Amino acid sequence: MLEIKNLHARIGDKEIIKGLDLTIPAGEVHAIMGPNGSGKSTLSYVLSGKPGYEVTQGSVTFLGEDLLALSADQRAAAGIFLAFQYPVEVPGVANMTFLRSALNAQRRTRGEEEISTPDFLRLVKEKAPLLGISQEMLRRGVNVGFSGGEKKRNEILQMALLEPKLCVLDEADSGLDIDALKVVADGVNGLRAADRAFLVITHYQRLLDYIVPDVVHVFAAGRIVRTGGKELALELEETGYAAYSQDAA
Amino acid sequence: MSAVQETVAQVRAIDVDQYKYGFVTDIESEKAPKGLSEDTVRYISAKKGEPEWMLAWRLDAYRRWLGLQEPTWARVSYPQIDFQDYYYFAQPKRAPQSVDEIDPEILKTYEKLGIPLRERDALLGIEGASGSRVAVDAVFDSVSVATTFKAELAKAGVIFCSISEALREHPDLVRQYLGSVVPASDNFYATLNAAVFSDGSFVYVPKGVRCPMELSTYFRINERNTGQFERTLIIADEGAYVSYLEGCTAPQRDENQLHAAVVELVALKDAEIKYSTVQNWYPGDKDGKGGIYNFVTKRGDCRGDNSKISWTQVETGSAITWKYPSCILRGDNSRGEFYSIAISNGHQQVDSGTKMVHLGKNTSSRIISKGISAGRSNNTYRGLVSAHRKATGARNFTNCDSLLIGDTCGAHTVPYMEAKNASAVFEHEATTSKISDDQLFYCLQRGLSQEEAVALIVNGFVRDVLQQLPMEFAVEAQKLIAVSLEGSVG
Repeated sequence: MLEIKNLHARIGDKEIIKGLDLTIPAGEVHAIMGPNGSGKSTLSYVLSGKPGYEVTQGSVTFLGEDLLALSADQRAAAGIFLAFQYPVEVPGVANMTFLRSALNAQRRTRGEEEISTPDFLRLVKEKAPLLGISQEMLRRGVNVGFSGGEKKRNEILQMALLEPKLCVLDEADSGLDIDALKVVADGVNGLRAADRAFLVITHYQRLLDYIVPDVVHVFAAGRIVRTGGKELALELEETGYAAYSQDAA
Repeated sequence: MSAVQETVAQVRAIDVDQYKYGFVTDIESEKAPKGLSEDTVRYISAKKGEPEWMLAWRLDAYRRWLGLQEPTWARVSYPQIDFQDYYYFAQPKRAPQSVDEIDPEILKTYEKLGIPLRERDALLGIEGASGSRVAVDAVFDSVSVATTFKAELAKAGVIFCSISEALREHPDLVRQYLGSVVPASDNFYATLNAAVFSDGSFVYVPKGVRCPMELSTYFRINERNTGQFERTLIIADEGAYVSYLEGCTAPQRDENQLHAAVVELVALKDAEIKYSTVQNWYPGDKDGKGGIYNFVTKRGDCRGDNSKISWTQVETGSAITWKYPSCILRGDNSRGEFYSIAISNGHQQVDSGTKMVHLGKNTSSRIISKGISAGRSNNTYRGLVSAHRKATGARNFTNCDSLLIGDTCGAHTVPYMEAKNASAVFEHEATTSKISDDQLFYCLQRGLSQEEAVALIVNGFVRDVLQQLPMEFAVEAQKLIAVSLEGSVG
């Protein structure tokens, strides 16, 4: 589904990603673990097309298409979803309005018909309670006055409604207590499917107890330095990242 | 390139010329000789067959105006206006007696604008869309060309007609109230208006009557080099209620057209007036050439106890806007409200705000102002909240938010507060923000295009005010906001 070859990317003059190779087949959950400041979040922004992140070398193919040639909104319509580490507030825009605008924008880009209001309401009514999202939260401004846990759950709700092909979760567990973490993980696990892949970015093993990955990559100094099964995450919990940081340097 | 930089680039590329109301209607018109003199004033008054006292009032205003200086305190700049270079009166040659006699060209113009003048069409069009009906008074250049639903309004006792007709049919009412809120001596532009005002709307809602439909006036400047000086007078008698909407457009022209209107509202005991404006005059082209100079004096007098006046404005057009719809809170427990969305793009300059003058006891006022600047425009909120010595228990809440799009525009807030009574409570909140790159990217990542994203964020920003507009116009205003930021944003 996703194939990254020898990717180099920078912000301004600073090269952050230095020769990254990564292949994620459909249906798999891949975890990327690494120390703070190693460029994990940068990878999520490069994939989703955030302005200011410049790819200097390498290629990214998504479902057979050159992902880097698409704008951020085109990538979203193609099926890339980023669950933000820090979801952004959009005051005055009701959460519900935002969800519907996003869904319809993607449908239009794909040449599909817009969803009807009753169908959309039905869809939200079905998905929101599973994530503990109340009607009141749907009426409020996007992420305005939401707690850390509510913001993360709201991200997963958007994911559930937009039904992307590749879900990138950037530190989905940061700021969550254990109960909230379980709700988010259940939401993600409920979306696992044969035609959908996940890239879970985290620096704690804890999240991976709940979202069990097929493959774990260790990311340090701008590239993947080791790949293994889910047991690699447990090993990292024991040894820490120090060894990898030195390797890479 | 960051998202905001891209937005800025798009703002630069904006084609303000896409102003969609910029067409000219080809009709024969009759004009007063160019320039301003006592003769011009006499000509206008004679054309309208006005009573002697009206002419005297006009001439008095004209003589006063000669001694006045153009105000310069607003944050707008423009070349010296040559007041002798305008026509002060223009009317279509074929003066209509009823809707059926209106020049078909004028009817076509209003149809293009989406304002059906024939009641039949109005019934089909507007009722179909919203379930309620709107009576329209259409003003073309200097004269009112048609007023719809007159008979039905008359049944309720509501007078809704052009001010020229009111001068003929209800001279005592006009004489009693005209100039009682905005005196002829008020300010440079109001005085000019008093001398040469050509037409406008007159509304009188009698005691205890709730006006059965929305009233609306549509102003259109068509003639070249013509100033439009309309005068609107609305009176809600004791316990009455009326909701009134004003809309304006003009063709696209290179010259700056002058517009200096006066609106007076009088709310007697227990009465309520809701006045909404959607202003979409031609803003000038992308180089700042042409566009309407809009110098307007709007004031409401809450004359009776428990009366209420509410101003809602959506300002998107004009090269220059100089406008401060205000409330005099004279009656005890009276209430004034001002809700404003002012959008400037291209080279537009907006200096707008309100005055809330608390005179009676336990009066309250609320100001919600949302300014949005894009392109190379400047957007100033200027407001005064004052409590008189005897205005015990005066309360005001003000909220002024400014949103900047790009880094070549400006937002300015100039609030004045004067509390001469120790019991007055005034609150003022103000914020200035930019659409952040993070907000834009968040929306883009969810699949919205750049333009859709900005439109969504801006609509969120102005939501509190849009909610104050009558339903059928809120939708219109929302579209207008998207159109006026088009190219820059969406």
